[in-house]
Amino acid sequence: MTVVDQPGVPTRRPVTRGGGTALEVRGLRMRYGSNDVLTGVTFAAHPGEVLALLGPNGAGKTTTIEILEGFRMRSAGEVTVLGADPAHGDERWRARIGVVLQSWRDHAKWRVRELLAHLGSYYACYSTDRIRRPWDAGELVATVGLAEQADTRVGRLSGGQRRRLDVAIGIVGRPELLFLDEPTAGFDPQARRDFHDLVHRLSDDQDTTILLTTHDLDEAEKLADRILVLAGGSIIADGSADELARRVSSEAEVRWSRDGQRFVHAATDATRFVRELFAQYGEAVADLEVRRASLEDTYMTLVREFESGRREAAVRSFEVVAR
Amino acid sequence: MNTATQNPTLVAVRAGLVRGRTELRQTFTNAQDLWNYLFPTAVFLVVMVFMRGASVPGTSFSLGSRTLPSVLGAGIAFTGLMSVAMLLTVEREDGTLLRAKAIPNGMLGYLIGKIVLVSGMSLVGLITTLVPGLFLFDGLAVGGLGSWLTLAWVLPVGLVATMPLGAVVGSMFANPRNTGVIMLPLMGLVATSGIFYPITNYPEWLQWLAQVFPVYWLGLGMRSALLPDALSAVEIGGSWRHLETLGVLGVWAVIGLTIAPVVLRRMARRESGSSVAARREKALQRVT
Repeated sequence: MTVVDQPGVPTRRPVTRGGGTALEVRGLRMRYGSNDVLTGVTFAAHPGEVLALLGPNGAGKTTTIEILEGFRMRSAGEVTVLGADPAHGDERWRARIGVVLQSWRDHAKWRVRELLAHLGSYYACYSTDRIRRPWDAGELVATVGLAEQADTRVGRLSGGQRRRLDVAIGIVGRPELLFLDEPTAGFDPQARRDFHDLVHRLSDDQDTTILLTTHDLDEAEKLADRILVLAGGSIIADGSADELARRVSSEAEVRWSRDGQRFVHAATDATRFVRELFAQYGEAVADLEVRRASLEDTYMTLVREFESGRREAAVRSFEVVAR
Repeated sequence: MNTATQNPTLVAVRAGLVRGRTELRQTFTNAQDLWNYLFPTAVFLVVMVFMRGASVPGTSFSLGSRTLPSVLGAGIAFTGLMSVAMLLTVEREDGTLLRAKAIPNGMLGYLIGKIVLVSGMSLVGLITTLVPGLFLFDGLAVGGLGSWLTLAWVLPVGLVATMPLGAVVGSMFANPRNTGVIMLPLMGLVATSGIFYPITNYPEWLQWLAQVFPVYWLGLGMRSALLPDALSAVEIGGSWRHLETLGVLGVWAVIGLTIAPVVLRRMARRESGSSVAARREKALQRVT
């Protein structure tokens, strides 16, 4: 997907802020019966950082996020969320956290703005000088693009509108840390674009730390400062999309045509290669394309490597047993 | 007003009151809820009109008039138990409860909202049956202040005795469609609790059984409020037995209020996005 770096569109800023961590997870383990879902998850997030948690189905993404939300007890490991252990987080802590849940048919008889005003009212007593809580319901419906539906009953909203409402409910308390579990499932392209803008606004303007899970790798690349790949119960990769791409392959693919003939070349230093290409052929070079490994390529390679590694490990342990 | 210094618990209590009021108002604006109010009322009124000709054994008092307050009493028990149980299972399945859990003090607000809602629904149900009943049936003693005072304590005590039990029942069922299972025993209980016919003519063991449960006492309490004093002669012990009514309902209230917080807390603790998603998945499979 990543074609030549688009001019005019700045890439996401690298995160070099200090000021402690919003989120810290060390050696997190989760076991259901005899089944180890998480075998030692370790990562951290700085305030204002956007993290995308990727991984195959059943890798434990939802379990991880639910432990951080304080909705699920962990088996072992250290977890600190906004300075507190989520297993013992009090209501003051709860007020600083936003959770975007997938709605289904709850609050069907409530009107959109009425519901937001009601849910927001619980946050009023947690307002601080720095963060005014809650978000004004009228302003919020406009922010998530539901202004026209402000007085519509929740039960009459379309699927996409409902998801916008879910997001609105998640941020009504102006959270310092926001959890989004597959937020754009079921969004049309326009809604997805709007949602991405909103996430950027939350992280840039309000310094909200965001942890999201998604299966949309394009989305992860657009939104996240850092990408975590969860597979087999632990984090197998952690870094920006570019860093991960470099880790998987240092080569970029250069395509061009000359005299109607197409060429493809893999280069370690693509910029230098292109410079030399022009020096040699000048005007004759056309249709130039430099393509680095996309996040999708990277992700697939990482997961495949991980799984084949695990197979080999399984074979090795089998051999040990067989001996 | 400096909102930052407000007590969070008070804020949640107030939010809960608003929630209950809003949801009660919503029950008047949709066909399903209006039907739920009016249908049982219509059925009971028709049944009682047919009973008007008969008289309470040993008296010349209309059996229909005697049934009206009894039905009101049973209605309190029914609403307190079933509405709370149904609301709780439905709102656990659809994620309302999880939303409450995700906001600060949301569970407290949610519970207070439900208490206000179900109390309001009870009161509305009582009025919709009582008002037409007053026109249809003779001999009710609704002139004195005593009647209304008795009504004023029987209703809340009845709700306190039955709503926590409803919460306990509601937290036992994961699937709202299964709550129907308790309808049958509840109906049986109504039948044996002297709602439609005085139980003094029933075998003694059945009388004792009926007196264990709140339905009988709520019927008795409402009869004591709305019937002439002379009618107490045909009750067990020849008295309205207010102290015993308060005692038995009080014991149920204590039992309910002791168990309900424990099971509610346990139920709430288990709520998470994936548990709601799993129930949705299951429910959708049933539909298709």
